[in-house]
Amino acid sequence: MSNVSKVLMLLAALSLSLLFFFPMWKIYLEAPQYPEGLEMHIWVNKLGGNTEYTLQNFNILNHYIGMEKINADSFAELKYMPYIVYFLIGSGIIVAFLNKRSLALTWLIMLIVGGAAGLLDFYLWLVKFGTNLDPKAPIKVPGMTYIPPFLGEKQLLNFKALSLPDIGGLAIGLAILLAAIAVYIEFIYRKKRYANKLQAA
Amino acid sequence: MDPRSTFKKLLPAAAFVAALAAMPVLQSCSKTDNKATGGATGSALSSDAASAVYVAPGKHDEYYSFLSGGFSGQVAVYGLPSGRLLKVIPVFSQNPENGYGYNENTKPMLNTSFGFVPWDDLHHPKLSRANETTDGRWLFVNGNNTPRIARIDLKTFETVEIVEIPNSAGNHCSPYPTNNNEYVVAGTRFSVPVTPEGKLQDVSLKEYKDKFRGTISFLKVDKDHGDMNLDFQIMVPGFDYDLANGGKGPSSDWIFFTSYNTEKAGTLKEVGASQNDKDYLLCVNWKLAAKYAAEGKAREIPANYAHNKMNHETNQATSTMKKSVKILLPEECPDMLYLIPVPKSPHGVDIDPSGENIVISGKLASVIPVHSFSKMQTAIKNKDYIGDINGIPVLKYESVLQAEVKEPGLGPLHTEFDGKGNAYSSMFVSSEVVKWSLKDFKVKDRIPVYYSIGHLMIPGGDTKNPSSKYLLAMNKITKDRYLPTGPELAQAGQLIDISGEKMKMLLDFPLIGEPHYAQAIAAEKIAPNSAKMYKLDANKHPYATKKEADTKVVKNGNRVDVYMTAIRSHLTPDNIEGIEVGNEVYFHVTNLEQDWDVPHGFAVMGAQNAELLIMPGATNTFKWVPTKTGVFPFYCTDFCSALHQEMQGYARVSPKGSNVPIAFSTGEKRKAPSQP
Repeated sequence: MSNVSKVLMLLAALSLSLLFFFPMWKIYLEAPQYPEGLEMHIWVNKLGGNTEYTLQNFNILNHYIGMEKINADSFAELKYMPYIVYFLIGSGIIVAFLNKRSLALTWLIMLIVGGAAGLLDFYLWLVKFGTNLDPKAPIKVPGMTYIPPFLGEKQLLNFKALSLPDIGGLAIGLAILLAAIAVYIEFIYRKKRYANKLQAA
Repeated sequence: MDPRSTFKKLLPAAAFVAALAAMPVLQSCSKTDNKATGGATGSALSSDAASAVYVAPGKHDEYYSFLSGGFSGQVAVYGLPSGRLLKVIPVFSQNPENGYGYNENTKPMLNTSFGFVPWDDLHHPKLSRANETTDGRWLFVNGNNTPRIARIDLKTFETVEIVEIPNSAGNHCSPYPTNNNEYVVAGTRFSVPVTPEGKLQDVSLKEYKDKFRGTISFLKVDKDHGDMNLDFQIMVPGFDYDLANGGKGPSSDWIFFTSYNTEKAGTLKEVGASQNDKDYLLCVNWKLAAKYAAEGKAREIPANYAHNKMNHETNQATSTMKKSVKILLPEECPDMLYLIPVPKSPHGVDIDPSGENIVISGKLASVIPVHSFSKMQTAIKNKDYIGDINGIPVLKYESVLQAEVKEPGLGPLHTEFDGKGNAYSSMFVSSEVVKWSLKDFKVKDRIPVYYSIGHLMIPGGDTKNPSSKYLLAMNKITKDRYLPTGPELAQAGQLIDISGEKMKMLLDFPLIGEPHYAQAIAAEKIAPNSAKMYKLDANKHPYATKKEADTKVVKNGNRVDVYMTAIRSHLTPDNIEGIEVGNEVYFHVTNLEQDWDVPHGFAVMGAQNAELLIMPGATNTFKWVPTKTGVFPFYCTDFCSALHQEMQGYARVSPKGSNVPIAFSTGEKRKAPSQP
């Protein structure tokens, strides 16, 4: 592999560490009586918010519509996802130092599959929480479900919900982009240049 | 007595009588004006007054102002310039609105050596200071009737400390802070027969002149936490001490008190206390006094006074009785006290931002004398005395006089300053605010106020950094100013624009109680620190219940403790059985919310008590002694959520001696715990 590709792979691996410093995803809620807004932050290893009490306040508001309590302990993902990220960072660094472009491609595929699985998992949770409502809920609107938006904006009763990836989530995209450039260089760009060189010769 | 002083003596009296006689005429004149112009201040109002005080919906005011409630015993917080009422803070009076003084948490705040005193007459708010200017941390206020000083924490806008003042009565010239908040001082208005040994004697009222004394108390203020401690007292002659103010700049080491009834009349004081041509300004070198006290010149005498503190971690007040106080006697402490003769029956003493000019507003005087701090120092150095009273030297009036403001109006009460070298004096009798210059001591402008102004206030007008924008007049009489509300009428605040040459009336708004004085401070010094809630994790109330699973009801003899939680939208437990008539039932209700502006309330049918209003994260305790058998609903009184109306429960009360076991639940039934 070229030095450029090695540096790209190294940066790709290291950018994943941003997942431990920033949330992956943020869900913003706004309502007339919440001018200051409520933000739920989804991390690779925890759930949080813009204040330390956000989760409790989400749950208080959600209990009126019969939504199940959102509790970090009920997500096994939050326990094993960090290990997947550690593995990807570690293996990415190793790949950067090994001269094997096939390993770089393998790493990129693992990352894409991991990221896609994460997004799918996130979506399924949103559907589960939004539809699995207590039949004894005090507020029941016929036909209404409360699936928060996966990406973008949605009105849920008095709340305007906005869902966007945050720096952690964008870091996965960045890692994919960097690794993909490295793979492109190794498999297509260098091959083309080699072919051009041959032709010139 | 020389003829000049006889004339001086007569002149103010003559002016006062003339003013009293003219008052009905003046008032009926202005009444006619009202009808002619469609508003009493129609002519005085500038055309852009409305926009000057308009704060658009959702926008914040520029200043917080704190107005004393007088006989309401509370402090009212208004935004300026809008005049919108933001909050009423209970201090010396029970407040059924939030349970202050009714719930078990705050009852000890109102404890005194006389027992539980649920009311007081709150006169003067003063903001804490740092670097010689207001810092927005605490507000100190006095209780006049049962001498007390309270401290309000401006993070929570709650009363957090009350100290009773022993050896005093009519705690009026209080609570005046020294320039950097080292001390808050309190003085006696109604002298009482207290001995140097600290005994309040049972004496014949005819012995006023010989036995009655006043005291000046110095409460040391902790720099970091604000906690007050009665450091020492000075025993002073038995006059009536009226108002005070600390020096600033060069005069920072001094604090000044006006006094009247230097005649020491014990009855019909309106005449008896108005006989002397001059009363006195008492000048106290507090730095020297503190030094004397620290050096052991003060004698420790027995006392009995309450010191009440609110603990923020437990949300529980405690009352401690203190048993002694240190007292200084002037005759043993040279250079500590001086008297300056001032026109009789003075009210306000106010020191200009430079610290040099000491302005005396004598309500019966025809001029406003301005004394010079530097001349006072020279007079002290030259021993320019005209005599002494109880060993306190009396300085010569003319030697310490800077100037007299001539023809200021009638009944000057109080003066504050702007940042441009002007002073503003309130005129009670002629019902006006008068602006005069500190450069030539001449009157520059006057504006009528409606009616009978007491104090006035300029934000920072008592510090070295006054605002030059607004002045608030606090008026005692309103009569026809608002829609009539029967015989009992509100008092009025009038906001005046002082930014230009001429004063302009901007706004007129009714006030609660009787505001004797006020303070104001730029909003940014307080707003960013205002607490949104209490942290549930930090709640150390002995009966706090931090999750619903820990709620319980415990019966021990005649006492029942209910460990209850409140969260949108239920109380846990909400079904309680096993209470008997005559039990002392304590509901310890913890608000589990950790969100902004979600208090819960709590009330029980038939309870001889007020409600609880519990802030998020706090625990409050409600005492109920049921007097009848039956089933008693309880509920949340603060509209907290869409299901607020459903936030209710029942307590069953059985006859005394019945065998109904303790049981409690919410939703699904749970087993009762075994009895202790």
